[in-house]
Amino acid sequence: MWWELIEQIFPYAIAYTIPLLITALGGLYSERSGVVNIGLEGLMVIGFFTSAMTISRLETTLPPGVAIGLGLVLATLAGAVFSLLHGFASITLNANQVISGTAINMIAGALTVYLARHITGSGNILIMNGLIRRNIPVLSEIPILGRLFFTQTYVTTWLVLAILLLSWFLLYRTPFGLRLRACGEHPQAADSAGINVYRMRYIAVMLSGACAGLGGAIILVTYAGEFNGTVAGLGFLALAALIFGQWKPLGILGATFFFGLASTIANVSQALPALAKVPGIFLKNFPYVVTLLVLVFFSKTTQAPRAAGEPYDKGKR
Amino acid sequence: MKKETGQEYTVALIAVGFGLLAGAVLMLVTGNNPLLGFFYLFSGGLMNIARIGNTLATATPLIFTGLSVAFAFKTGLFNIGAAGQMLIGGLCATALGLTLPWPKPLLLPVIVLAAALGGALWGLVPGWLKAKFNVHEVVCTIMMNWIAYWSVYYIVPAYFKGAYLETESRRIPEAASLKVDWLTRIFKGSYINLGFFIAIIAVMVIAYILERTTLGYELKAVGYNRDAAEYAGIQANRNIVLSMMIAGACAGLGGAAFYVGYASNMQIGVLPNQGFDGIAVALLGANSPWGVFMAAIFFGILHSGKGFMNAMTQVPPEIADSIIATIIYFAATSVLIERVRGQMQRRRQAQNKADLPLDSEAGLKENAGGAE
Repeated sequence: MWWELIEQIFPYAIAYTIPLLITALGGLYSERSGVVNIGLEGLMVIGFFTSAMTISRLETTLPPGVAIGLGLVLATLAGAVFSLLHGFASITLNANQVISGTAINMIAGALTVYLARHITGSGNILIMNGLIRRNIPVLSEIPILGRLFFTQTYVTTWLVLAILLLSWFLLYRTPFGLRLRACGEHPQAADSAGINVYRMRYIAVMLSGACAGLGGAIILVTYAGEFNGTVAGLGFLALAALIFGQWKPLGILGATFFFGLASTIANVSQALPALAKVPGIFLKNFPYVVTLLVLVFFSKTTQAPRAAGEPYDKGKR
Repeated sequence: MKKETGQEYTVALIAVGFGLLAGAVLMLVTGNNPLLGFFYLFSGGLMNIARIGNTLATATPLIFTGLSVAFAFKTGLFNIGAAGQMLIGGLCATALGLTLPWPKPLLLPVIVLAAALGGALWGLVPGWLKAKFNVHEVVCTIMMNWIAYWSVYYIVPAYFKGAYLETESRRIPEAASLKVDWLTRIFKGSYINLGFFIAIIAVMVIAYILERTTLGYELKAVGYNRDAAEYAGIQANRNIVLSMMIAGACAGLGGAAFYVGYASNMQIGVLPNQGFDGIAVALLGANSPWGVFMAAIFFGILHSGKGFMNAMTQVPPEIADSIIATIIYFAATSVLIERVRGQMQRRRQAQNKADLPLDSEAGLKENAGGAE
């Protein structure tokens, strides 16, 4: 019985994990370059909105697959462009990064709902076609693993996992990654080695915006199906997962999957005889309390990029 | 010091100007007349005595959350958790209001105190974790927000379920409400309540703590430079915890003002926006208590006028939030404004300096220039 349960929960847990994972990856780029990006939540909303707009406009004339694909691409671009606001404030103007990020969140939330309300009247944008879950041929036949990982999957799941792999390679195996990380650890040293710190940070912030925008779009095309103006704190959760995962791609994968699984269990607990007795208040709060405990646990040995949150001051070199 | 605050107010006014400009552009883009939009927005907040009362009632929670964020800022802490602290404060107030069958004069002080304590408890946790384990208060307060959200989500239906809806609490009795007859009568049936006066008292108390007490001095010293403060014998950790507790208490009071003052029951499934708007209020008010007060009133006008504007024009009510968000962004980038001002000042000073010793020479040059 337990096994069946796990098999049933798994696709939902993965569906919930993926937007978190890609957004946290975005946060990784930004913080590794030394810019704290609290605006991930708002950037997700931008992607959420852009994809909803694009898909709802195009799906009547184009085949659904093309419309969804375009929606994802445009959401990614919109996230990258919108993140420039954060980049300009925190990199060029040396503004307080937390405040700038908060402003991004508020602007994104207000602006998108304003526009959505202007367009649809209700503030919600519905799309008719979402992504369809598919079984992967051959691989889904593998016993145990096949059932867990290769049945009922979204194509975006594989896209995001590919980006995760690529990000790991980019950050740890290329000169670009080394430079980017140097800007987050000791920007003065990076600068004196001839790296343009401002440029690297701009690239990183735009990558984080692109990832968060994609994350918002994935929410729409997988489980939401409708833009409603908020991603309900997922951006903040991604930020927590970034710390929980200790600023490492694999750590982030583990942390976001933990959140995905815990939230899914809390959501379906009423249907599970074994968990129905546990009060919902404990299940729902579980991920947040664990995050706090993990933060305490890691506080002594934190792997945080040393210059994250500090504006780069050339004069300090 | 005086000059500096003057400069901060200039920055605030410029940010407001940019915010209104962005609002005008948004209205234009969506095919509305901005002048008409602003006219209805402001008359919706100020048109008559009842609307002014509603504006003040809307501003009241914002004064509290703004104070909360500003106070933590003074100690160098970013309190993004005012929303959660507000929820818990509101929950304490609502719970006591629904259970204690006391007369109003006795019940209200207890409710207000409970709300402050609830908020303080929600601020204590991040403060303690920051002081003891150096856990970043931003992430911590965000987690506390969600813990408050889900706790209210389950506690309210379990113990205080409303008569009709699962998603809200029972209406609090008249004795537990911060609304009082004489005030409602003066303001012709508006939402204004005693919370507004508590807010004014809170502003004065916070101003007093910051400007006139050793505690305030120590808190600010820790905010300016934690290491230097510690070297001077100030216990930084104790001050961080205290600062977050006082900040939490302010937000908790905001919860009372909102849930048993403005509203008369508690909805579940909502993180109050006032918590996040408090950040904007604190920034615009340059973190000074009376600045916070004025900024909150301004945002109160925008929020209470947006409904009227939406009824009279085609402009969606989210224009108010867009304007506020833009104001924050420009307040955050005030560095730019200050830098431009600084440059202008320096240039002027340089010119003055250059003018002084070379007065006659400059005059000569000018003459020469004239001759040419």
